Amino acid sequence: MTEITTEKARIGAPSAQPFIDGFTEEGESLSPINAGSKAPLAGASAKSHSHGGGVGIPDSSRAGRLTSYKLADFKPLTGMEEDWRFTPLKRLRGLHSEVLSGAAPTVVVNGPEQVTVESVTRDDQRIGTAGIPEDRVSANAWENFAGATVVTIPSEFEALTEISVDIEGTSLDAAAQHLVIVAEKFSKAVVVLNHRGSAVVSENVEIIVEDGASLTIISLQEWNDDAVHASSQQAKIGRDAKLKHVMVSLGGDLVRVTPSARFTAPGGEAELFGLYFADAGQHLEQRLFVDHAVPNCKSNVLYKGALQGRNAHAVWVGDVLIRKEAEGTDTYEANRNLLLTDGARADSVPNLEIETGLIEGAGHASATGRMDDEHLFYLMARGIPEDVARRLVVRGFLNEIIQQIKVPSIEERLTDAVERELALTDN
Amino acid sequence: MSTLEIKDLHVSIETEQGTKEILKGVSLTIRTGETHAIMGPNGSGKSTLASTIAGHPRYNVTSGSITLDGENVLEMSVDERARAGVFLAMQYPVEVPGVSMTNFLRTAKTAIDGEAPKLRTWTKDVKAAMEQLRIDADFAQRNVNEGFSGGEKKRVEILQLELFKPRFAVLDETDSGLDVDALKVVSEGVNRAHADGNMGTLLITHYTRILRYIKPDFVHVFVDGQVVEEGGPELADRLEEEGYDRYAKGAGTAAAPAAAQA
Repeated sequence: MTEITTEKARIGAPSAQPFIDGFTEEGESLSPINAGSKAPLAGASAKSHSHGGGVGIPDSSRAGRLTSYKLADFKPLTGMEEDWRFTPLKRLRGLHSEVLSGAAPTVVVNGPEQVTVESVTRDDQRIGTAGIPEDRVSANAWENFAGATVVTIPSEFEALTEISVDIEGTSLDAAAQHLVIVAEKFSKAVVVLNHRGSAVVSENVEIIVEDGASLTIISLQEWNDDAVHASSQQAKIGRDAKLKHVMVSLGGDLVRVTPSARFTAPGGEAELFGLYFADAGQHLEQRLFVDHAVPNCKSNVLYKGALQGRNAHAVWVGDVLIRKEAEGTDTYEANRNLLLTDGARADSVPNLEIETGLIEGAGHASATGRMDDEHLFYLMARGIPEDVARRLVVRGFLNEIIQQIKVPSIEERLTDAVERELALTDN
Repeated sequence: MSTLEIKDLHVSIETEQGTKEILKGVSLTIRTGETHAIMGPNGSGKSTLASTIAGHPRYNVTSGSITLDGENVLEMSVDERARAGVFLAMQYPVEVPGVSMTNFLRTAKTAIDGEAPKLRTWTKDVKAAMEQLRIDADFAQRNVNEGFSGGEKKRVEILQLELFKPRFAVLDETDSGLDVDALKVVSEGVNRAHADGNMGTLLITHYTRILRYIKPDFVHVFVDGQVVEEGGPELADRLEEEGYDRYAKGAGTAAAPAAAQA
């Protein structure tokens, strides 16, 4: 069981923390590898914490992880691998073991006419420019995908409306999907990936943010209850380019999103936001990687999740690597989880690896806890019934991410979706 | 006219050292239109009384009663008490991230009145009340108490008092941490809410300073979980001069039993 450290807030004490009162900063103590140890930095977790790397952890540095376009290069999964240890492999429905020959979810793109949309074959030269599989499921999709959709925002074009990519699953045969999104030089756009329907799919999304471009990717996972989705979303960020990536996972039986941002030239900026709401039995996993490989880039990561119901499981692993060359880096990553009921579990592992001291700043934080009683008391003391007060608090907690989207229609839709989630139980 | 009646109230809390009794038999009767000041040294149980009336789960009532026009307040949940007309202006209002003041005020008003306020008049009322309390208009867009200074939080408590129009207001050290200007603004707000005679006020304070701006009808002195002396406004003047020392030393007439225990 996840150990919840709830520091009982003092009655009415002023709260200056930038996160929910009563939460603890000691995220590492939440990892099951640390079970049995009361000290937050004791035991195996001290080893997995990546300042040193250590015994029993195959990747002593995030930089050393195997990458390959070939499935055969990845050993069959056992569930013991560091990057699969939280994932129930049985529920992957063959994404890691079968030939992904099912029909891929349909892709329909809508957006300004200047934006080009192409269906291309595997040998298109743009494929493989931003991404290379980092795990077996992603490599399996790479080996099996039939064709890809390439969306290009032309250079210097500023899209005033969002580009929506509707990805609709209609079959539960294990399938492979491939998307490429190119934001050319000095372009500006918001691209929304709407994942809906029923599917068992491994998806690779390559995101190229060319010099001076500003791209927002919003990946919404609003699958049906039976869907299984693994999505590797790898971004390459050019000089002075900006990427904002917002991941929202609400629906699906098992959803595992692995976004990464790689800086390839100085002056780049990446913001990675995530929101997830896990219900009973749902497994929502997110593992991100920010690779500071060049000087003077900035990154900021904030993922927030709410969990409710028996065996609702959320996993967040945030890897941030500041390489030796990446002087002047400024980075911060944080994960917050709100456990709304008994029987839910959140695993949260922030990993920060720093190979140079010549940086602007680097930080990481993680907190998992229950709703703060003082928040509830305050709202209820104003006549607001408990269920409404709970909803207000959860909505407020998640709102910080929704506010980042800045597309009113989607913000509204997600607010409604969160309301529906809350209505499922007595929260 | 309504009556809030507290009878022989005993309240304890759970601490690491075990159960600790904080209120040791408190009786008070407050009618609408009246202002009662409760004064006492730190740790005398003043704030416990305030939180217990509001229904904070930390405080266990072991015996005694609180009734509002004969209805048992102790059986009501926190939100039911508020809807019955009891308002607690908190000593340390908490920040609620992600919930805007506008949304919060409207949700609370709707809950208290049983129907949503008319949008046009409500917006106007909120704006006017904010202006009178000298709260910047942009506070409405901000999250509840988030990043507010101590003084701003207190003003926002009084803003709610004015908007929600409770029958009984408990002000838990609303004056502490306020400079003189803010104290005047806050006191004016309380006096406005009090003006039409439909609100009873329980003003809890450590200092007599606020009593220059809010005139109490009755003053109760709290020491060690009990009322040790009661009187009119003149009692406050005496406290101003003499402080609480005489109660602790057992010099006060009614204070003798309490002081002997201490």
